[in-house]
Amino acid sequence: MLDVKAGDDSSFDFLLQKYRSPLVNFLNRMVRDSSTAEDLAQEVFLRVYRARKQYSPSAKFTTWLFRIATNVALNSFRDTRHRKMEVSIDASTDDEDSRPMELQAREKRIDERLLERDRIETIRRAILALPEKQRAAVVLHKYEEMDYAEISSVLDCSESALKSLLFRAYESLRVQLAPLVAQPVAHRAGEGRPS
Amino acid sequence: MKCEEVSKELIGYLSERADSSRRRDINEHLAGCASCQKRAEELRGIWNVMDELPAIEPSFGFDARMRQRVAAEPRRKWFGLFVPQLRLVLAVGVLIALMVLVVKLPLNNPGTAVTTVATQQEDFNAIKNLGVLENYDVVTKMDALAELTPVAAQPQEPPQSGSND
Repeated sequence: MLDVKAGDDSSFDFLLQKYRSPLVNFLNRMVRDSSTAEDLAQEVFLRVYRARKQYSPSAKFTTWLFRIATNVALNSFRDTRHRKMEVSIDASTDDEDSRPMELQAREKRIDERLLERDRIETIRRAILALPEKQRAAVVLHKYEEMDYAEISSVLDCSESALKSLLFRAYESLRVQLAPLVAQPVAHRAGEGRPS
Repeated sequence: MKCEEVSKELIGYLSERADSSRRRDINEHLAGCASCQKRAEELRGIWNVMDELPAIEPSFGFDARMRQRVAAEPRRKWFGLFVPQLRLVLAVGVLIALMVLVVKLPLNNPGTAVTTVATQQEDFNAIKNLGVLENYDVVTKMDALAELTPVAAQPQEPPQSGSND
């Protein structure tokens, strides 16, 4: 980031390559759809680029990046106008080929896929049903695998406040996702079946 | 550890982010507490279910769109490197203006010039009458001095001869 600050655009490309995937995934778990997540990720990178001159290495770059991303995501919930955001420059965005590709095995059976999709949708809905800050805490903790210190820095709260935030969030998820724990996973249930 | 304390630490324990001493304490508690053990199992189940949420990859056009947006950002021209910041220019300008004002003000003020000329005239007259002033007798025998009251006249005694030298 210090190279970007010094005006080295190739270093910005490096940051883009390194962090686009975690960032898009983080935002995808924070918002309702992947195209919004991509738009927001672009907004985050643009903010990083614009703020490059003000960057000071007092905190980890990822902490700074995810703090911006969290703010962008939280603002997008509060501002329903995010759907009217600037139309993408790339006109082919809506094409099927350019949609984010879910990393799924192609050989799964259709019924297994449907069941799996249903489970994924349930998990997604349970996470989206959490209050904003709890959602951000869970996504950073569970999926970005950040430690308490880093998450509390991103969310600007104390570690004890974060622990209680996570406790309440996982309690809600425990109730919401209990049926899925009881059900076998589709593809695991299908394992060992004769083909 | 108490059950309440363990329940708050279970997330860190299950995500393997609790330190070793804490893990040991929780393990000891779980070994003797069926309700906390059940709770830990439930949370472990949730933790595993959440892993089913797949990761996505950004679309193919993501980088290109990002580069286009960055390229569209306003940039400083190369000669901008040699142009100092506006605030600095203003500050230096104000400083120079103040310095010029302070240096030039006495010379340009006509009132000061008149005063200077008048002072020179007074000095000239004083020098012209210097001979009279130095003549002590003339001063002591002035008619005006005779009109002074005696009290006022007392300090007018002739000074010591050494003081005139």
